[in-house]
Formats: sequence, C-alpha cells, structure tokens
Amino acid sequence: MTKVSMTVNGKSVSGEVEGRTLLSAFLREGLGLTGTHVGCDTSQCGACVVHVDGKPVKSCTVFAADVAGASVKTIEGMANPDGSLGVIQQAFQDHHGLQCGFCTPGMVMSAAALLAENPKPSEHDVRHYLDGNICRCTGYHNIVKAVLAASGQSVPAE
Amino acid sequence: MHNFDFVKPATIADAAKALAGDGAQALSGGQTLIPTMKQRLAAPGVLVSLTGIAEMQGVCMGDGGLHIGAATPHAVVAREAAKHYPALAALAGGIGDPAVRSRGTIGGSIANNDPAACYPSAVLASGATVVTNKRKIAADDYFQGLFTTALEEGEFIIEVVFPIPAKAAYVKFNQPASRFALTGVFVAKFANGVRVGVTGAGNDGVFRWSDAEKALSADFSAGAIAGLKVDPAGMNTDLHGSAAYRANLVKVLTQRAVSAA
Repeated sequence: MTKVSMTVNGKSVSGEVEGRTLLSAFLREGLGLTGTHVGCDTSQCGACVVHVDGKPVKSCTVFAADVAGASVKTIEGMANPDGSLGVIQQAFQDHHGLQCGFCTPGMVMSAAALLAENPKPSEHDVRHYLDGNICRCTGYHNIVKAVLAASGQSVPAE
Repeated sequence: MHNFDFVKPATIADAAKALAGDGAQALSGGQTLIPTMKQRLAAPGVLVSLTGIAEMQGVCMGDGGLHIGAATPHAVVAREAAKHYPALAALAGGIGDPAVRSRGTIGGSIANNDPAACYPSAVLASGATVVTNKRKIAADDYFQGLFTTALEEGEFIIEVVFPIPAKAAYVKFNQPASRFALTGVFVAKFANGVRVGVTGAGNDGVFRWSDAEKALSADFSAGAIAGLKVDPAGMNTDLHGSAAYRANLVKVLTQRAVSAA
C-alpha cells in the first residue's frame, strides 16, 4: 500500500492504495464519491468518465497512483456552490436527458469536457464527442438536446 | 487484476533502471494494458509508468521532421501536429473516443502493435524512425507481426520522428464497437515515391502495399490502382469481415486516401 494525494472537486484528499487500485475504486470506495458509476469496467461504456486536470478520462482505466497530484473533478463537483444543479445537470433534467440514470454521470462529464473545448457544438459534434458514452436505455436524442441546450443553443424540435 | 508494485520515474535513466528488473512492464496511457491486466492476460510484478517523464512528452519540429514524444496522448497530437502534419493529426483525432484520446499515447500504441491500431500504418507509411532508450529503428524494421516489434527486453520508445510528406491522408473503416480500424490505409507521397501503410487487414499485422506504391509513385491518382487486386490469402478473417471483404477494403480505402490527400 502506498499513500496517494490529489485534489478532488477542489479539496485535497489522500488515501492508501494498492498498485492496482483504479481511480474509479479510489473515488467510490476510498472517498465515498459514488456518483461516478462503473458500468462495464472494460473501457467500453463511459459511465465512469471524470476529469483529470481538465481532460475527460475513464476512471476505470487509470490507476489512482498514476494520477497522484492531479486535480480530479467528478459529478459531485458539477453542482453550483449552493447545491443547486449546474447548467449541464439542469439541462439534462429539463430535457429529460436520462431514463434509468446510470450513464448520466459520465454523459454529464463528457458533455462538460466537450463544452470546455467547443462552447457551441453542432448536433453532429455532440453525437461524435459522446461516441464513447453508451446509454443502455438508448435515450440519446434527449441527451443530445440537453447538451445543446446547456450550450445556450436552440434544441431540435420533436 | 493481480496486484503489482507501481513506480513512476521522472527520467529516462530511472525508467531504464526500473524496466531492467525482473517482471517489470512499461505502462503508458494504459488504454489497452489495463483492460488486458483486468482479464489477467498480463500480470506484471512491477508496472513502470512512463507518463511522468517530461522528455517523452510533446510535439515539435526538429531534425528529420516532426518529433512526437512517446508518452504524448492522442488528443495532444491531434491538436499540436495539425499545422505540421495534418494527416497524422487527423489520425490521432480519430482513435477511440475522447476519453481514450486523453490517456492513450503514440508510444503505447506502437509498442503494443495491435494489428488493428491506427498509428502503425502512419509510422510505416511515413517511413518514420522509432527512437528508443537504446537505438533508432527504421519503421520498416520495427513492425514484425501481430503484437510483435523489434523492441527488446527492457527497451522502450522515447519518441517517434516523422518525415513530412508532400501529401498524405489516412482513411479508416471503423469497427464501430471497438473503434479500431476494421481496415485503415495511410498514404504518404514523398519526393522519392509513395508509401502505403495498411492496418486492420493483414493476418500478420500492419504492412506496406508495394504494388500500389509502385503504381502511385508513377501516377498519384485513384485511377492508377484501379486495375490492381489485393490477394485475400494474406488477409485476416473474423466475424466482422471476411478476408475477401478486407482485401476489397484495402483497395477502396487506398483510392479514397489518394483522393483525400
């Protein structure tokens, strides 16, 4: 076991990890931040996406020890400081961008990464960027609408 | 996954020392190695992360062309190589998905030499040089079959140096579930001839299509290879595509790449 320290959602945290401890396990089991979901654990589904130093990564495919010292942001860091939903989260609620909700944390984190890179994406850009996020409920249309709405653009009509 | 000791050296010399030990294995972005370890298809005793070494990061022009540090993630190559070698940048921007591109690296890709990976086709078609901690290896000598390279025990890639062609393009036929290339073709036109690198198709990994290179060196147009045929005997067959299907893709994608270059 070795001790790792990093910043998670703006707070300094540390914990004991094995070499094989995945970032997803460190967040969920070490820190109790269970908003990050592990859907497939095989790098396919994107439910576990978090930001490491501002970049989207699959937390199930990164070792916690490899991101020691980094700044990590999870879905728990996406709400406003007063606890109300952040812009992207609110847009997912407004446009019913979730059904069972399991993929939602990864969708929101990927959407946030997209909007940071490309503040006014086209519908095609959104669909292309969310390529690595799978919604088992197949609720993609409303997810795409939510991301477009979160970017301040009009959303396609029904 | 079996447990291991994790080390993250800050210099090439320390990494070489760590990798000389028994049961040591290099880790770059981990986008292939970590899933492989989860399946217990790999169980190193010591994992040596190469992503903390500053000299192995970044993209810059220098002697011999474009130098890309082995631990540079695909997303960085997609962004920073764009003005120097647009076809290579576009290839990097089409690997996997955004989260994979944040972590996966060029060195990891070509050290693994997956027969359906994108980068090997660009390295081979560009006639790039693979620089390791021990020597420089020409692309033509580097790739040696499925998941097999010229790298020896304890040897690891520091950077890859790409000569810049006059024209180039990569066209990939996606395997939509894995996002690897069902077949991908990289065409590069240099002053002294054309090189064609094919990934995803050959049953012995990435290869150069020499008949097409000859025809395209004489006449760089899609029509120049219209009369050529690819022998399905050398092609891979799986549930996603037969050897004959892949053989056809090689030709069609080469023509598309020539038109796009």
